[in-house]
Amino acid sequence: MSAIDAIRIGEAREPRFGFWRRSYAMLVKEFIQLRRDRVSFAMIVMIPVMQLLLFGYAINTTPRNLPTAVLTQEDSDLGRSILKAMENTAYFRFTREVHTVEEFDNLLKSGKVLFGVEIPRGFERAVRRGDKPALLVAADATDPIAAGSALGALGPLVQTALEHDLHTGDPPSMPFEIRTHARYNPAAESRLNIVPGLVGTILTMTMLIFTALSVTREIERGTMESLLSMPIKPVEVMFGKIIPYVIVGFVQASLIIGIGVLLFGVPILGSMLLLALLTTLFITTNLSIGYTFSTIVQNQLQAMQLSMMFFLPSILLSGFMFPFAGMPVWAQYIGEVLPLTHYIRIVRAIMLKGAVVQNLQYDTIALIALMLIAMTIAVTRFRRTLD
Amino acid sequence: MSTASTNAPGIAIDVEGLSKSFSGREVVHDLSMQVRRGSIYGFLGPNGSGKTTTIRMLCGLLTPDRGNGTCLGYDIRRDADRIKRKVGYMTQRFSLYQDLSVRENLEFVARLYGLPDARAAARDMIARIGLKGREEQLAGNLSGGWKQRLALGACTLPNPQLLLLDEPTAGVDPKARRDFWNEIHALAAEGLTVLVSTHYMDEAERCHEIAYIAYGHLLAHGTVDEVIANSALSTYTVTGDDLNGLSEQLTGKPGIDMVAPFGTSLHVSGRDKAALEASVAPYRAEAKWHWQESEPSLEDVFIDLMGRARDNFQ
Repeated sequence: MSAIDAIRIGEAREPRFGFWRRSYAMLVKEFIQLRRDRVSFAMIVMIPVMQLLLFGYAINTTPRNLPTAVLTQEDSDLGRSILKAMENTAYFRFTREVHTVEEFDNLLKSGKVLFGVEIPRGFERAVRRGDKPALLVAADATDPIAAGSALGALGPLVQTALEHDLHTGDPPSMPFEIRTHARYNPAAESRLNIVPGLVGTILTMTMLIFTALSVTREIERGTMESLLSMPIKPVEVMFGKIIPYVIVGFVQASLIIGIGVLLFGVPILGSMLLLALLTTLFITTNLSIGYTFSTIVQNQLQAMQLSMMFFLPSILLSGFMFPFAGMPVWAQYIGEVLPLTHYIRIVRAIMLKGAVVQNLQYDTIALIALMLIAMTIAVTRFRRTLD
Repeated sequence: MSTASTNAPGIAIDVEGLSKSFSGREVVHDLSMQVRRGSIYGFLGPNGSGKTTTIRMLCGLLTPDRGNGTCLGYDIRRDADRIKRKVGYMTQRFSLYQDLSVRENLEFVARLYGLPDARAAARDMIARIGLKGREEQLAGNLSGGWKQRLALGACTLPNPQLLLLDEPTAGVDPKARRDFWNEIHALAAEGLTVLVSTHYMDEAERCHEIAYIAYGHLLAHGTVDEVIANSALSTYTVTGDDLNGLSEQLTGKPGIDMVAPFGTSLHVSGRDKAALEASVAPYRAEAKWHWQESEPSLEDVFIDLMGRARDNFQ
């Protein structure tokens, strides 16, 4: 064998520690790339910190201070004592006082209050006569967790209230009864609550990602340069990119709702047309937000990460998993700027409570406002030049 | 009143003092140029010299930091939208949709420009660029030459008055390049103005006028003959044996600015003719080399310009 042959054979041989060297080369390259991608770097810290803070501080599975409406048909000491006793349980917070049954029902339907207490006319007199009148406490039981513990606290309440006002010695039996009425989901089935919420959650996830990638994809593939050199305006690009996915989202929503109704027996008590309209609004709002992300970030990876950053609080703070009313005020403020919060109220109200558009004005306007804000940011952020 | 009336009707591009910096580095410096309507204007210069940036400023994709001017009579700062309607821009990197077919890409462009019958316009263009039979092929699956034809088709589809072509023939085989240039000449004959950037000397010689840009500075412009004549470069072509040895000995001698091998010959050039003569005199006496005074080639001129630019601006 000649010397040259020997060298050739040597060259083709596997170098020492070849596996480790090549793995190391790859590892060094990945670290360099990771360090250059500031957004990814920030996400490494942001995502766990955010999750921890949200879970730790905002979420409360035995919510207190739940908004409650009072329908007083008489003004009596006993009535006031009962309300005081209810407030003292810390579960109820009286936020509204109404005077007609209709207002009372509407507040519950729109989700503005979770409970309603009705003190009937002639209540105190009936108690003193020993007629054992009934005090009605109506609960919005769509979310069984939120309503459950508060209703449980009502039992010992009568006793407490009586200690102050009825100095009639030891009553042989209760002078009045508290009649609770768990509305909308009397059997406390959590799937009735979960399925409508899932419609919103799934749509948030899929819609955001569809459009969050759309502009960055054009930039990464180089097609943006030729698109920008053609006479098209930012609004036109946005509508062209959003509208196809409105249809996709609509199909997706119909699928989820259809399965919910057929397999899980979730009712649709309200108008199908209203549900369809507001679902389309919600889809468009999410698509606009995704599109806005896509005009802010630099590449597709960042777009995905930003969508995750948005999706996480949406799940935790929207009232989908945990009762909205039980969260601290700051978390409720964050929740109010998330479209999912409003849609979850809407979809639960229409499907389970048979709500009509008058009950849902606030949440509908909120969704429209969020959509318009997102679109405005997207159109102004959209770079018309390559500067 | 439009700025168009203030310009000579025969001028398609008229810009003055264009400058552009990216993160503190000036990419284009005080660039002025005029391009006549209906002419093919070659834009030459090394990589990173500012050609692409200049082209992007002309079609409104970048805003110049300083300077102003008109493109087809429209102000490049204010009327970018109108310029875009009349200008076809072919990017350096293929920038049509790889996941759309040839036909779908062309129909997209036609609709975007609001052509009355997008389908018919796309069909006619497919026939014109010779892509018949490949209409349904995805653009991403086309070979380099076909991609380039498709890109040219897409930017001529809306009947522009000006074509800006950024290195359109990079990476394309010689036959496709020749066809491409024939097409460009045909378009210019129809009255279209074409500004084309390139690295190839043979392509430069196919242009009516050329401009040479390096380090953001426009260093020379005019017809090919004018550029060569203005270079004031004296050149000898040497043939014979051991040209490598000669090359090594000549490099760096006073008056010799450039020594470059061209196949079996060597080009020796200098700007100071007397100094050049003095330096080469001893070698001319040797019998193994044959010396002949010749015109510098366009490439000699450009490499010399680039060398001088490096001394001046870097």
